[in-house]
Amino acid sequence: MPRLDQTSNSNWTILFICWLIASISTLGSLFFSEIMKFPPCVLCWYQRICLFPLVLILSMGLFPFDKSVVKFAPPLALAGWFIAFYHNLLYSGIIPENIQPCSQGVSCTEDYINLFGIFTIPMLSIMAFSIIGVLLFILKRRLSK
Amino acid sequence: MKKQNIVLISAICMVIVFVLGSYFYKNQQLKKLGFMAKENASTFVREYSLTLGSDDAKVYIVEFFDPACETCRDFYPFVKNLMAANPGKMKLVVRYAPFHPGSDYFVKILEAARKQGKYWETLEVMFNSQPYWASHHDPQPQLIWQFLPQAGLNMEQIRNDMNDPEIAKHIEQDLADAKTLNVRKTPEFFVNGKPLPSFGYNQLRELVETEIQANY
Repeated sequence: MPRLDQTSNSNWTILFICWLIASISTLGSLFFSEIMKFPPCVLCWYQRICLFPLVLILSMGLFPFDKSVVKFAPPLALAGWFIAFYHNLLYSGIIPENIQPCSQGVSCTEDYINLFGIFTIPMLSIMAFSIIGVLLFILKRRLSK
Repeated sequence: MKKQNIVLISAICMVIVFVLGSYFYKNQQLKKLGFMAKENASTFVREYSLTLGSDDAKVYIVEFFDPACETCRDFYPFVKNLMAANPGKMKLVVRYAPFHPGSDYFVKILEAARKQGKYWETLEVMFNSQPYWASHHDPQPQLIWQFLPQAGLNMEQIRNDMNDPEIAKHIEQDLADAKTLNVRKTPEFFVNGKPLPSFGYNQLRELVETEIQANY
C-alpha cells in the first residue's frame, strides 16, 4: 500500500519538524542563558516550562510513530503560546510593565537581542510555539481522517 | 535514510552548532573585553576607584562586588591571600555592583569610611557582621551601626559623609560600567581585562598566575 505509506511518512515528517523546532528553541534558549549569560525573566521561565518537555514528548512520539502525541503535546504548546503572547504584549508596551509580576529581579522587557528590529527573544518564542501548535493541529486533522 | 538516523544526525548537528557557537561567542567576548581593556581602560578603572597594591604592578585585578553578597564575603580572604602571595605584582581595583536592594547604603558607609582612612577596617567589620545585617539576602541598614565603632570610625562624620552626592554618582557610574562589562552577578573579576573562564577560586588563581607569568 504505497499510498498509505506515503501519508504515514508525511505525518512522521510533520512531527519530526515539530521536534526539530522545539529542540532548536531549547538549545537557543539555553545558549542565551548559559553561554551569553542573559538571566531568564519569570515569563521566560514559564515559557521554558512548556518548551523543554516538548522536546522529550515529541521525540517519544517519533519512535515508533505514536498518534497519541497529538493528545499530549498540544496543551504544552498552547500554554506556551499564551505566555509568549502575553510576554510580547508586555514587551511591545501594549500592557504597561508595572501591572505584571516581575518588576523585581530581572525585567521582562529588557532588550537583550533584537535582530532586524523584530526578532526579539519573546518574538522568537511565540514564533516557535505558533509553528509547533499549527503543525500539531494539522497533524491531528490528518490523523482523525 | 532511516528515520532513526535522520533524528540522530539532526540531534548531533544541533549539538555541534551549539558547542561551536559557544566557543565562537566566548572567543569573541574575550577579544572584545581585551580591546576594551586597552582602548577603554576607564571602564575597568575609574579615577575615583579605590585600589590596593603597588602602582608598579602589572597584573590588575578588578573586582565588582556588593557588600551584602555572601560570595563576595567568602572571596575576600581569598583575594587577600592571593595579593599577599604575589607582593608588588598585583593591584586590586575595587568597583561596586550593589545588586541587592538597599545595599548601596552600605557602599555609602564604606566610601565615607574611606575618607577617614579606615576603608579596609570597615569592610572587614561589614563582612564579619554580614550574616547578621544581611540575612536571607535582605540587607537591613539600621543593623550595621552597632558594629561600625569596631572599625574605629568617627560615627558622626560617617553619617554626614555618606550622603555626599559624589558617592551616589560614583555608585551610578560603577553600575553603568558593570552593565557595559556584562556583570550580572557578584563578585565578578577581571584580570587585566580578562573575565574568569568559569566562576571559582581556582579559576581566579589560575588566571592571575597566567597573567603574572605573561608579564614578569
